[in-house]
Amino acid sequence: MSPETRPDPLEGVAAEPGVAKPDPVLTVSNVRRSFGGITAVNVDHLEIQRGLITGLIGPNGAGKTTLFNLLTGFDTPDTGTWTFAGEDLAGVPAHLVARKGMVRTFQLTKALARMTVMENMQLAAVGQTGERLFPALLPTLWRGQEAEITARADELLTRFKLDHMRDEFSGTLSGGQKKLLEMARALMVEPSMVMLDEPMAGVNPALTQSLLGHVKGLRDNEGRTVVFVEHDMDVVFDISDWVVCLAQGEVIAEGRPSEIGANPDVIDAYLGSSHAEAPVQRRKRHERRAS
Amino acid sequence: MTETSGHTESPYPGEEPILAASSVVAGYTPDVDILNGCNLTLFEDELVGIIGPNGAGKSTLIKAMFGLVPIKDGTVSLRGDDITNLPGHSLVSKGVSYVPQVRNVFAALTIIENLEMGLYLKPEIWEERYAFVTDLFPLLKDRAKQRAGSLSGGERQMVAMGRALMMDPTVLFLDEPSAGLSPANQDDVFKRIAEINEAGISIVMVEQNARTCLQICDRAYVLDQGRNAYTGTGEQLLNDPKVIELYLGTLAKAL
Repeated sequence: MSPETRPDPLEGVAAEPGVAKPDPVLTVSNVRRSFGGITAVNVDHLEIQRGLITGLIGPNGAGKTTLFNLLTGFDTPDTGTWTFAGEDLAGVPAHLVARKGMVRTFQLTKALARMTVMENMQLAAVGQTGERLFPALLPTLWRGQEAEITARADELLTRFKLDHMRDEFSGTLSGGQKKLLEMARALMVEPSMVMLDEPMAGVNPALTQSLLGHVKGLRDNEGRTVVFVEHDMDVVFDISDWVVCLAQGEVIAEGRPSEIGANPDVIDAYLGSSHAEAPVQRRKRHERRAS
Repeated sequence: MTETSGHTESPYPGEEPILAASSVVAGYTPDVDILNGCNLTLFEDELVGIIGPNGAGKSTLIKAMFGLVPIKDGTVSLRGDDITNLPGHSLVSKGVSYVPQVRNVFAALTIIENLEMGLYLKPEIWEERYAFVTDLFPLLKDRAKQRAGSLSGGERQMVAMGRALMMDPTVLFLDEPSAGLSPANQDDVFKRIAEINEAGISIVMVEQNARTCLQICDRAYVLDQGRNAYTGTGEQLLNDPKVIELYLGTLAKAL
């Protein structure tokens, strides 16, 4: 389970931007996207190792979400190519990208408010027989499959502590609960690669800890590849096998968490000097009143 | 050492709170209550935090106090005046401002237009407030003509906070101000919040970044299932083993 006991698949890989990995599932080349005069993404080369957890960090506005949008077909780059599991995905629309096993979540959640939590989950499952007109008329053709999907959804909802909200409209969930639903729903697709956009933002710290266990489980028990954007460095350093740092659209550093935490470019661009051991100070009210 | 009940003795004997919510019951639909009798007080110059699990009602409490969620029972008062269920715009003119958790900017408008929207009720103080806000968040001046929809999540948060400060409020409600910000920006935002507070604005802040929130706030409330679970000073809550186990987690190394 722990990185110490598992062999390191990235042994010997140098911590430098654009470095080649032994078994990349996703390879990105020369992807550029600009909005007006601002270049949001400018990635020369980036490889994501199969079956590992890769953290994507970088300052606000570095292009992390834009890169997610481009790779998953929600946006179109000005130039560039990328392959996922050996297939060229440039120009492939978002719904087909998901079918090919690359599924993402959104920073600003996209739950369907007027459907229940369970319906949101069921909707995400792919290849449902009842989606086609003729079989839809014959419940015997899809009843078994639907029961299977529902069971899987129930299992995921329990895992994400949403089982008590199963039959509520998803519009009634709190901000953090919508985040959880977003993640659970992505897993309904049974993706080989999950891309999580700030999965833990807005999630209670005590729950974060158990979710981290589940994310590690995706890697260790189910063999899935995970890429996630996150600003909570405790989370990033706890679960990442590899960390990629973007700044102004470019990959400025890559490496193991320990290497990234010590990288002066990353500290300069992202972590800030106060990252180390100097928590934010504030003069409390009673101190101000006393002086 | 922390209070487990909702009602506590006044933390500052002899002082009246500027804002007080008592036994608030509220919910989005007639038959479901999210808050089941919440209490909260805010005193002059205080920074008060609200933490708790997902779905505990933290954002709902702020929204209820700001007139965005109907209060079915209980009262909210501002400097002794009853403001229960007053709509948000009347609260804004009484000096209360609110920064929502998500969808908190006008995406189609530029940054400067967003700030103008914040001052809709009082355009005459533009010069002074624009200087104050852009001094706090220089980015808002540097990129004044950029559309808010093209900003990153963290940058939007700055626009939203800046807009809320335009009306020169005395009470500010913040719903997860650090969510989606990079570590350096999170520290920065918490520093700005401390500065805003030192400028004489009393603040109620919901945060998931519970440890930092407790470190900088004067007092905090832990909500659970729509009720007050624990109340105390930030320090008391940070060191309470029950609070650590149930709400803070042990992932972040104890400092």
